Amino acid sequence: MTGTGTAAVELQGVDKAFGSVRALAGVDLTIDAGEFVSLIGPSGCGKSTLLRVVADLEEPTAGSVAVAGTSARQARLDQRYGIAFQQAGLLDWRTVAENVELPLQVHGVGKAERRRRAAELLELVGLTEFAGSRPAELSGGMQQRVAIARALAPSPRLLLMDEPFGALDEMTRERMQAELLRIAGETGAAVLFVTHSIPEAVVLSDRVVVMSPRPGRITEIIAGRRPPVAADDLVPDSLDPEAVEDVRETGAFFEAVTAVREALRKGAATDGPAG
Amino acid sequence: MGSRGGRRLRAAAWALAGFALLVALWELAKLVLPAGGVTLGGTRVLPRTDDAAMPHVWTVLARLGVPEVAGAAEPRSVAAAIASSALFTLGLALGGLVLGGIAGMLLAVLMQRFAVAEKAVLPYVIASQTVPLIAIAPLVAGWGGKIAIAGWAWQPWASVMVISSYLAFFPISVGMLRGLTSPRRADVEMFRSLAAGWWTTLLRLRLPASVPYLVPAVRLAAAAAVVGAIVAEISTGTRGGIGRLIIEYAQSATGDPSQMYAAILGAAVLGLVAAGAVGLLELGLRRYRGSVA
Repeated sequence: MTGTGTAAVELQGVDKAFGSVRALAGVDLTIDAGEFVSLIGPSGCGKSTLLRVVADLEEPTAGSVAVAGTSARQARLDQRYGIAFQQAGLLDWRTVAENVELPLQVHGVGKAERRRRAAELLELVGLTEFAGSRPAELSGGMQQRVAIARALAPSPRLLLMDEPFGALDEMTRERMQAELLRIAGETGAAVLFVTHSIPEAVVLSDRVVVMSPRPGRITEIIAGRRPPVAADDLVPDSLDPEAVEDVRETGAFFEAVTAVREALRKGAATDGPAG
Repeated sequence: MGSRGGRRLRAAAWALAGFALLVALWELAKLVLPAGGVTLGGTRVLPRTDDAAMPHVWTVLARLGVPEVAGAAEPRSVAAAIASSALFTLGLALGGLVLGGIAGMLLAVLMQRFAVAEKAVLPYVIASQTVPLIAIAPLVAGWGGKIAIAGWAWQPWASVMVISSYLAFFPISVGMLRGLTSPRRADVEMFRSLAAGWWTTLLRLRLPASVPYLVPAVRLAAAAAVVGAIVAEISTGTRGGIGRLIIEYAQSATGDPSQMYAAILGAAVLGLVAAGAVGLLELGLRRYRGSVA
């Protein structure tokens, strides 16, 4: 169950239509174990739909979806992935710790084990002292960190994130990106990350998948600039925000940003009235 | 804690002030308006204000301490008569509230679970409240008279409880349905992504989310249950409750109006007590209160 050898996600010829609208057309994409892949594209290009297909929240009209070597449905039933949306979506009547425990509670994990795991995860996202707080008492960034901890609760090898930092201010957003990179490095989980932001996609990802709308399809895949985490450096705070800041100021970062921007423009240009 | 206690005290003070204002208005009307009422072109537009129609507030209060029937073998004060019958009715109303609450919640869960059920049942839930209670009460009493459950013969008070629950279930089923469907789409999908079944989603998401809708619905239902119980007592002729007492006192109202007003006062206090009981429920569920987005 190390995940090596088996791809985290394998999509082949995935189509998705809502009535007469083709949201996705012929999407092929493989995400390796531990890989960080961003989906970027204009609104309506189907990037969220693609993530929802992987999560088995939508069924593809055609094509095959494999998650951790099994069907998307089985992967969902086995809690092989964790998911986080743009809205943290925490339950107001539960404490922060109880929110993190939710996935474990749903799957019948005992109370003591749940407590232990929640404490561990809250330490990972740096919110130990807020375990007993209510979500409403936390800032937006902190709530999103709780949502990430919750997504990580069943120790998934795959994280699905749909614009998780979309509602945060720029400063908080950059801090959260560094945080996410550290967590992804520490847990070794693969990440499928939907975003609108080009710099965000570039700084986080091993690969940036550029999509175009009507019908939603992959137009280009560009190498991202995810900062490497040294193998002997896998301790908390191994990836401090400054390492991420450094990446943001390199020439390679700007080159990748430019490449993604041009790919998006090209995708938009081919999206003529003839469709 | 201190500030909350202070707020409670202030709320109570305002409620008392409201009562005082009502008393003052009543007495002012008696003082200012002519005893025969106000007539315009042969039509009376304001009621009589003489002591037979509008007794003084203090006469009503004084009446509470007077024996119900002068010269009876076991003299019972009006206050005692009202209190004991109000308690009897309160018990039936609370029973009706519980019965109606269970029925209303089950209906709401059914309607949430099956869209077809909502389409098929909701119109009748609404229609049920437009049928006059007076028409239903004798029917229920009539059916009840023919029923014996496990050797237990149907009692008239059971009819009153059922009729009271008929009024109470409505706000609860409608409020509960709104609450059960209140979770955001993202929350429902979160549970789906966790492979949570319908029951787990109900227990961990929909029920907690419905509490902020349920509490005001139960408060409405408690008031409705009291009204239902009183009307049911009157229309089924059930003895022992305040509904019957009001009718008895009303029959002698021309000679002794203050006694009937005392009984009406008792019914009003009864409603307040029922609503207060809901306050206790709210206190127990306060963890779930702030969840209306």
